[in-house]
Amino acid sequence: MEKNLVIEAQKLTKIYTSGANEVRALQSVDLHAAPGEMLAIMGASGSGKSTLMNILGCLDVPTAGSYRLDGTEVAGLDRNALADIRNRRIGFVFQGFNLLPRTSALDNVELPLLYDRSDRALDTRALAAESLERVGLGDRQHHEPNELSGGQQQRVAIARALVTQPAILLADEPTGNLDSRTTLDVMSLFQEINEQGVTVLMVTHEEDVASYCKRVIELRDGAVIRDEPVFQRRFAAFDISEWEAA
Amino acid sequence: MKTRRLVKVAVQSIVKNSLRTLLTMLGVVIGVGSVTIMVAIGQGAQAQIREQVDSLGTNMIVITPGSSNQGGVNQGAASFNRLTTDDSDALESGSFLLSAVSPVIKSPAQAVGGDGNWRTIVQGVDTDYQLIRDWEVSSGAFFEATDVRSKQKVAVIGATVADELFFDTDPVGERIQLRHVPFEIIGVLAEKGQTADGSDQDDVILAPYTTVQTRLAGRQFIAEIVASTSTPEDISAAQEEIALILRESHDLAEWEDDDFAVRNQTDLADTAQSTTKVMTVLLAAIAGISLLVGGIGIMNIMLVSVTERTREIGLRLAVGARGNDVLVQFMIEAIVLSVLGGVIGVIGGITGSLMVARITGWGIAISPQAIALALVFAAAVGIFFGFYPARRAASLHPIDALRFE
Repeated sequence: MEKNLVIEAQKLTKIYTSGANEVRALQSVDLHAAPGEMLAIMGASGSGKSTLMNILGCLDVPTAGSYRLDGTEVAGLDRNALADIRNRRIGFVFQGFNLLPRTSALDNVELPLLYDRSDRALDTRALAAESLERVGLGDRQHHEPNELSGGQQQRVAIARALVTQPAILLADEPTGNLDSRTTLDVMSLFQEINEQGVTVLMVTHEEDVASYCKRVIELRDGAVIRDEPVFQRRFAAFDISEWEAA
Repeated sequence: MKTRRLVKVAVQSIVKNSLRTLLTMLGVVIGVGSVTIMVAIGQGAQAQIREQVDSLGTNMIVITPGSSNQGGVNQGAASFNRLTTDDSDALESGSFLLSAVSPVIKSPAQAVGGDGNWRTIVQGVDTDYQLIRDWEVSSGAFFEATDVRSKQKVAVIGATVADELFFDTDPVGERIQLRHVPFEIIGVLAEKGQTADGSDQDDVILAPYTTVQTRLAGRQFIAEIVASTSTPEDISAAQEEIALILRESHDLAEWEDDDFAVRNQTDLADTAQSTTKVMTVLLAAIAGISLLVGGIGIMNIMLVSVTERTREIGLRLAVGARGNDVLVQFMIEAIVLSVLGGVIGVIGGITGSLMVARITGWGIAISPQAIALALVFAAAVGIFFGFYPARRAASLHPIDALRFE
C-alpha cells in the first residue's frame, strides 16, 4: 500500500434505509488517488456517483469501510470534525456555482477563510484576491454574481474552492450549466490547476468532459465497473486555440 | 472561528438583504417606539398631576366642617358647620406639630375696579395661608399680621382677577370695591394654574379673614381651616392631634362622631398617582404587545429566510462552517436586527413624544429607564425569537441543504 495517497478509500459501503426498503448506494467501493491525480467519476443517475462524491467530500459518512484523506482517517468523525476537514482539506465546485447573491466575487471567495478555526493569522482579503488572480478574475473582484457570465461565476467558485489550499478539489458536474465554449475555458482552468499539483476529482456524465481528465472511474449500481487511464487525453487549451481558428 | 468574522458574516448578510432587513425591523421599531411614546405620555401625566397637587400646597392639611345626622338622615358634608375662628386659634395655640394654621372664609363677591367688574370668590385668610399654599406674590406684597389684627381693608388678588380688571397695568396701589367696600390692592399672586379638577386657582381675592368676616361675610362660621406641617412625615400625627384639639374645643363626648373632617393632600396625590400609574402600565402593556408581535414578525421572517437561504446554509456548511457557526450567525442577525430596530424605535419614540407634546400640549416625560427596558426587551425578543429559526438552520444536513430547490 502506498503511503502518500491523497485518497485511500477501502470497501466503502453506503446503505440508505427508508422504511422497510434498503438501498445499497455503494457496495464495497475501493478508490485510490495519488497527489496530482485528475480523476473523472462517471455513471448514470442512480449509479451511486453522487453518494461517493459526498463521502469523498466529507459531506456524508459511509455505513462501512474506511476512508483516509491525506493520511487522516475520516470515517467515524463527528459533524464538527468533518466541517473542519471540509474547510481545510477540500475545495468544492458545484454545478450551480452556489455563489452568494448580491455579494462581491472577493467576498464570495473569502467565505471559507472566515470559517477557518486554526490559530494562524490570515489576511483573508489578500488570500481571496490572490485566488481570484489565479483563476484570471483579478479585475472582477468587486463584481457581484449577476454581473458575471456563467463561466466567470464558475471561475469565482473555483477560486473559492482553492483559497484554503485544499488537498483535493471536488467538482460536481462543474460544466453542467455551461455551454461548450465556456466548458472548454473551465476545463482548461481545471487542467492548469491540476498541473500546479492540486488533485482534482470531478463527477460528470459527459465522456467529453471526462476525456480531459487523466483517469476515469465508472460506477454502476454502487460498484466500480471501470477504472482506467484516459486513452488519448485531450487538452482544453489546445481545443480552444482550434476553436478560435475555426 | 473568530467571533469577529462571524459578526462580519452576519452584518454582510443583513446589509445585502436591505428590504428584508427593513421589513423585519419594522415590527420592533414600531413596538419599541410605541413603548417609548406610551410611557412618556403616561409618566408625563403622572408628573403633571403631581405638580398640580403640589400647587395646592405642600404638606397641606384641610379641615372642613363635618356632616350632621338628624334623626338618622345624614345631611352630607358641611351640613353642620361648627368650625369657627376659635377652632383655628385653638389649633394655632394648642398644636405642636402644625407649623402654620389659617382659617378660610369664602365669600362670593362682585369685584369692581380698574376697567370693569368680575365675579369671584373673596377668601378671608390669615398670613400663614401664603406659607401653607406656598404661594408667591408676583408684585407687591402679602398682608401682614398687623393688617389682620386691625382688620385692614387690603387685598391680594389672583392673576386671573388682575387680568380681568386691570389688563396690563400693575394693580398694586389701585382700589377695588368688594360689595361696595373699598379695598386697597397691595399685591398680586403668582400664577398657579388649574387644579386637577379643572378649577382656576388664580380666580380669587385674598383678604385678612378678620376684615372679610366683619365687612363681607358677616358670619361666624368658616368654610375650612388649612394647616401645614414642616415635614411630610408629621402629617398623619398632626391629623390625629388636630382631631384631639377640635374634639376638645367642640366639647364632644366619647360616643359622638367628629363634627369635622381632616384630609391631607398626600391622600389626594396618592389617589391621583395610582390612577395614572395604572394608566401608564396599561399603555405600556399595549405597547408591549405590539413589541411581542414585532418579535413574532422577526421569527416569521427568520424562518422564511432559513428556508429561502437553505442553499446558502448548505454552501456555508460545505465550505467548513460548523452547525454552531450557522447558529451564531443567525442569532447575531436576529439580535442585530432587533437591537437596531430598538434604537430606531427609541429615536422615533422620542421624536414622536416631542411631537405629541407639541401638538396636544400634554406634559411628557421621556424616561431613560423605560428606554433601557425597551432596548433590553428588544434584544431579548431577538434572542428568543431568533433561536428557533437559527437552530433549524444549524441542524440542516449539508447535502440536503445544497440540493434544496
